[in-house]
Amino acid sequence: MADNSIDVRGLYKIFGANGKKYVEAVQNGMSKDELNAKHGHVLGLKDINIHMPQAKIQVIMGLSGSGKSTLIRHINRLIEPTVGEVIYQGEDVCKMSESDLREFRRHKTAMVFQKFALLPHRTVITNALYGLELQGIGNADAEERARHWLKRVGLDGYEDRYPNELSGGMQQRVGLARALTNDADILLMDEAFSALDPLIRTDMQTILLELQEELHKTIVFITHDLDEALRLGDRIAILRDGAVIQQGTGQEIVLNPADAYISDFVKEVNRGRVIRVDTIMESGTNGSASVAIPSGSRLEDAAKLLSDSGEASANIVDGEGASIGSISMKSTIEAMVTPAKH
Amino acid sequence: MGVFTDKSLTEILTEFPEMSRTDLRDFKKGIDESFKVFTREWGVGIEDFFEPLLRVLVWFEKLVVATPWPLMIVILGALVYAGARTWGLVVGTVLTLLVVGYLGMWEDMMFTLALISVSTALCIIIGIPLGILMSKSDRTQAVITPVLDIMQTIPSFVYLIPILMLLGIGKVPGLIAVCIYAIPPVVRLTNLGIRLVDKDVLEAADAFGASPRQKLWTVQMPLALPNIFAGVNQTIMMALAMVVVAALIGVNGLGSEVLKAVNNQYLALGLMNGLAIVAIAIVFDRVSQKFGKRLQKHSEVIHG
Ligand SMILES: Nc1ncnc2c1ncn2[C@@H]1O[C@H](COP(=O)(O)OP(=O)(O)O)[C@@H](O)[C@H]1O
Ligand SMILES: [Mg+2]
Repeated sequence: MADNSIDVRGLYKIFGANGKKYVEAVQNGMSKDELNAKHGHVLGLKDINIHMPQAKIQVIMGLSGSGKSTLIRHINRLIEPTVGEVIYQGEDVCKMSESDLREFRRHKTAMVFQKFALLPHRTVITNALYGLELQGIGNADAEERARHWLKRVGLDGYEDRYPNELSGGMQQRVGLARALTNDADILLMDEAFSALDPLIRTDMQTILLELQEELHKTIVFITHDLDEALRLGDRIAILRDGAVIQQGTGQEIVLNPADAYISDFVKEVNRGRVIRVDTIMESGTNGSASVAIPSGSRLEDAAKLLSDSGEASANIVDGEGASIGSISMKSTIEAMVTPAKH
Repeated sequence: MGVFTDKSLTEILTEFPEMSRTDLRDFKKGIDESFKVFTREWGVGIEDFFEPLLRVLVWFEKLVVATPWPLMIVILGALVYAGARTWGLVVGTVLTLLVVGYLGMWEDMMFTLALISVSTALCIIIGIPLGILMSKSDRTQAVITPVLDIMQTIPSFVYLIPILMLLGIGKVPGLIAVCIYAIPPVVRLTNLGIRLVDKDVLEAADAFGASPRQKLWTVQMPLALPNIFAGVNQTIMMALAMVVVAALIGVNGLGSEVLKAVNNQYLALGLMNGLAIVAIAIVFDRVSQKFGKRLQKHSEVIHG
């Protein structure tokens, strides 16, 4: 099977008439503000190196203006890099010819947008099959595939409606169906759920996770919301002023924030939902404990199991049921509380 | 130095330093002569070039005049319904047609309808591609915009002169004069409509791998359509405003009756034909506005 991971290497983006000229200055430490004030150029991205693993959800997180949209648009080259590479299956997207790039966009990637960006003059189903239409796939075939994905995102019966007759959440389902119908290996989602109400947003996250369990696409998901990042992200990269300031799993970032900026971010996090029992367990089996908690469980779930059983401690068991360590109610609760130093 | 000694300062300030009379005469003569040479060289060729246009116009005129009036009323009523989808307008149109016909202007009205239809079609065929071209580059836009400004503001009699010199009196020069005046709105609003297309939707088309042509036909044109249609509406109105000028160089219809009325001071004839033109304009306008509204029905993007 082909490797569907994406490698971003040494990527710089400097907006302005003469971006290349200032790469060196930025490499030598010129800040975004200084570049803007002195040369009227905007630093979009600075030395980005991210390995986005195949079949996983890579989250890019950062505040507004940190360069998230700029970064994701380099993966399908909606934005031209100043310098750097985006490698997919051994090929640099940034060096593709116009027609190769078009084929790459048609067959390998699909995108979901913050403001949905649906075609307002088309019905739900003709929106969903838009990507197939661009590929030149016949109407009957395209319609059947679009119908399938509309059903999967819960839009059965809405095929002939127009986007402006639907709520925001429904419109974004159309956006998601349009991307899925394309049947691409890479799914790019730029703040796809940010415009939605919290409850609907959680729904959409659930839909995405369920779909990913069977589809195993390489998903790049942009968000400014840490809870969303932690819920969805197999890996998370945090951007500030166009540079990656930390990347790793959600747990790694919550437990070891790289700097004060990130600890600020993570201090509001529900740690019980992020940290796994394996992280805090003590080695050795606790002979007196009768409760078994599966390895990989979240602290929140472990605490619930413990309190339901009325026991003070539990063993952590692997897939075969063998004990690999133990936790206590006390250590679990301590780990769930945000440490004072953060 | 000489200037100051020969003339007083007041003379210099009150008399404009114009070109000498002979130079000016030669200058104008030169232009006239060279255009005449151009006419002699190219006049026939240009006439041949427009021959198909003449045939289309004559054929269409004959068709609408030869069509039995009850059938014509049914056809026009059906067209109004197809465009506006309201019975009120259909009834209004049919009544207008009946009254105009009863007052003895049926045939002239048919000629005018033919002229307006053919010139509008011509304006659309030339104007929309031109507008598309204009939307593609700022430089093209910078070149075409002032030309359109001139076409709309220069008194129409001025461009009648070269048209007459080239093609003489007749239907084709009339048609061309109408089109010069009436084409700018379609071009402008096609350009504007395409430029106003939501950038997010365009980006989505790019992201899914649309070629420039696919983008034009699946996103830009459909989303620009309400604007383009507003341009077509204005073009029709402006073409109607030109029917009297067209009559001046040999296109018959309601316009030539108005012209006759002006020359002979026939008040009633002038009013009747003038009002018939107004009636046609109102029908066209209402129908095309209703149609434009229908085009726009799904175009508003709602977020949230
Ligand atoms: N086309 C552009 N020209 C100039 N500056 C831009 C352009 N696009 C984005 N930027 C700047 O680049 C930075 C990152 O923008 P963006 O990627 O949109 O951030 P985010 O998506 O994280 O909110 C911002 O400072 C923004 O102003
Ligand atoms: Mg953004």
